[in-house]
Amino acid sequence: MTPLVGCLIVAALVFAIGLAISLTRRNAILVLIGIELMLNAANLNLIAFWRFGARPELLTGMMFAIFSIAVAAAEAAVGLGLVIAYHRHSKTTDLDAMTRMKG
Amino acid sequence: MIANNASLMANWLVQVPVGEFKPEIVDGAASAIMRILWLIPAIPMFAAGLIALLKQPMRKTSATLAIGGLSASFVLSLIAFSHVLAEWHRGGATREVVNFDWLSLGAASLQLGWLLDPLAAVMLVMVTFVGLLIFIYSTGYMAHDENFTRFFCFLSLFAGGMLGVLIANSLLLLFMCWEIVGLTSYLLIGFWYHKPSAAAAAKKAFLTTRVGDIFFLLGIVWLFAQTGTTLFYNNGAGAIEPAALTTLLSQPAAWGLSAAGAIGLLIFAGAAGKSGQLPLHVWLPDAMEGPTPVSALIHAATMVAAGVYLVARVYPLMSAGASIGTTTISLTVIAWVGALTALFGALVAVAQNDIKRILAYSTVSQLGYMMVGLATGGVAVGMFHLITHAFFKALLFLGAGSVIHGCHEEQDIRRMGRLRIDMPLTFMTYMVGMLALSGFPIFFSGFWSKDAILGAAHSWPVSRGPFVMLVVGALLTAFYMTRQISYVFFGHWRGPKQTHAHESPLVMTGPLAILAVFAIGLGVLGTPLWPWFTGFLESRPVAFDAHGFSEPGLLPLMGSAIAVVFVGLLLGWALYMRKPIVSDEKQDSLESVSPTVWNWFANRLYFDELYSVTVIRLYAALAWFSDWLDRRVWGGAVSSVALTFRGLGWFNKGLDSQWIDGGFDKGCEELVTSGGVLAWLQAGRAPGYLRMMGIGVLVLAGIALLVGAVTGQVRL
Repeated sequence: MTPLVGCLIVAALVFAIGLAISLTRRNAILVLIGIELMLNAANLNLIAFWRFGARPELLTGMMFAIFSIAVAAAEAAVGLGLVIAYHRHSKTTDLDAMTRMKG
Repeated sequence: MIANNASLMANWLVQVPVGEFKPEIVDGAASAIMRILWLIPAIPMFAAGLIALLKQPMRKTSATLAIGGLSASFVLSLIAFSHVLAEWHRGGATREVVNFDWLSLGAASLQLGWLLDPLAAVMLVMVTFVGLLIFIYSTGYMAHDENFTRFFCFLSLFAGGMLGVLIANSLLLLFMCWEIVGLTSYLLIGFWYHKPSAAAAAKKAFLTTRVGDIFFLLGIVWLFAQTGTTLFYNNGAGAIEPAALTTLLSQPAAWGLSAAGAIGLLIFAGAAGKSGQLPLHVWLPDAMEGPTPVSALIHAATMVAAGVYLVARVYPLMSAGASIGTTTISLTVIAWVGALTALFGALVAVAQNDIKRILAYSTVSQLGYMMVGLATGGVAVGMFHLITHAFFKALLFLGAGSVIHGCHEEQDIRRMGRLRIDMPLTFMTYMVGMLALSGFPIFFSGFWSKDAILGAAHSWPVSRGPFVMLVVGALLTAFYMTRQISYVFFGHWRGPKQTHAHESPLVMTGPLAILAVFAIGLGVLGTPLWPWFTGFLESRPVAFDAHGFSEPGLLPLMGSAIAVVFVGLLLGWALYMRKPIVSDEKQDSLESVSPTVWNWFANRLYFDELYSVTVIRLYAALAWFSDWLDRRVWGGAVSSVALTFRGLGWFNKGLDSQWIDGGFDKGCEELVTSGGVLAWLQAGRAPGYLRMMGIGVLVLAGIALLVGAVTGQVRL
């Protein structure tokens, strides 16, 4: 087993865990955490492919990952903001109870 | 425009050979009155426009506007007249023109303009003065008519058009105003359009004068084609100035006529239509269906004289090529037509019973005199009769209107009588008009003007025929006027028993009195002793000449003219006045003498019948043929085309509703369904979205694995 395959397996596991959390949990914040996990699994992949790829000296994967983290941070902020706004409105963070988000 | 022409002025002045004709003032140096001369026709037209906007009950305002507008024109005309008079006394230029570009077509341009010369000045004063009196009279005559405002609108428009004819310096501008005048004549003849006879008379007048106008227009176009201008005077470049006339004379037309002669005849055809000359006279007697002031103003004093004025205006063209002792073909034609008209009108007037119809035929006859005067004696002779006739014929018509008014709208002279007692003021003024028209010697203007025409016709070198006809006409004139006044003012009252005639109000008799003064006094201007009128029109100095009567042949001629008038008056007296006419059933004295002749005259020599079996029948046949062509041939073609398109339309409609609409309907249904599915997907439930995302991930992973397995990159 090469180091790349090991990294990919770890990333796939993290992704699967994140997916499982976001599909099974009813708490909006936990779902957000699951989404973050999946994102980070993707980041792991980017880093792994860069580190064990053809041209590790070009820092391309690093750049991708940093962008992705920045975007994820913004996304988390938006997501949490939405959850807090919804919570203020209807005192719940239960996704199954959020039935009035239709445009 | 003035600045524009100032540069051109220098060029013209260089080109003009000095001394060949009188210097004329060009635009840049136009005098004050010339600059505002256009206001004379413009003010009444503007007044007409304003009156047209008024409501029906605003009678006072409309009459005030019309009379005020014409008064302003009258004052301006007097200023213009005195200006010409002053220039004449000073020996300066008596003809002034102002021209301007009206229509530019590339390098060429069509010029219009207005002019002021003795001819125009005299006519301006006459038309505005007589018009003003008739306007005032109309306020009384039309007092009970509900369309009072409309009447004054038309009258005012007429005055504007007529004054435009007088000052036009371009045949085209003259023609435009000529048509305005024709239109208002039509509108006013048909003023009481609910009467079928009035509506028919209006149509007849319009169509008959249009026949002449077509020839007139042809003449204008021909003249424009030959000379490149329609201006009368343009500092040597006008269409009736020597340079253009030389060109016109050198152009042969057909039948030995030069272009000048042919154009002259065409223009005369227009004049004949307007002035009721044979054979286009038929409309004028019927025009008496209009209100009497209209008959006086338009169909006696002014509009019908426009034809005579037109001939006088283009006289240089008519007489081009004539030398002393000879005449031109145009003038010969005019003289014969005029003489025939004069005789015909007088003959027919003898046997009419409608008071206005007698005067109408008398007008036809007198217009013939004017034409003969123009053709044989020159502009001054014809125009003098025009002016004097305008006054006494307006007087007669207004008098007839007063009689009709007083007799409760009765127009048949057989049912009048004894009005000299009931309507003394009307009677006296009417007698003045009657004696002036008959040519009663010395004291009445008609005598002097008619005598001048008779003298000119007598010395005409071509033929004695017109002179003889005019003398017979003069006799008949005195005769039929005596007959008329015998019926109207003498004898016994023959109207309905209980009623009696009443004198008209002052607003009607006042104008009569003023006109009567002029019907007498105007003769002073044209006696052989002091030929002021001739001198003024021809811009020659005039002196009192005690030897005026000593010209050879003048006194015998005058004596025979007087004798003829007295014979006519005596005949009339013997037949109609000697024994008072008692009953309206009584046969006419002349009819009992010779019923055949009477019938011919009473039926207007069967002119209308002749036209109805020839021209009218021809037109009816043509109209029937056109109708047939239109219905069967063109109509068939058009309806078959229409049918084709209807078929095509029906096919298209089927295509549209079955196929295209169906397609659209289906598409829309699909859109609705898919929209429903998508809306169900977007239910607003976050877990649902997440689930779909999970499914998506699995599907993507599945695809990746599958593609990898197929390409061999993944070994399962």
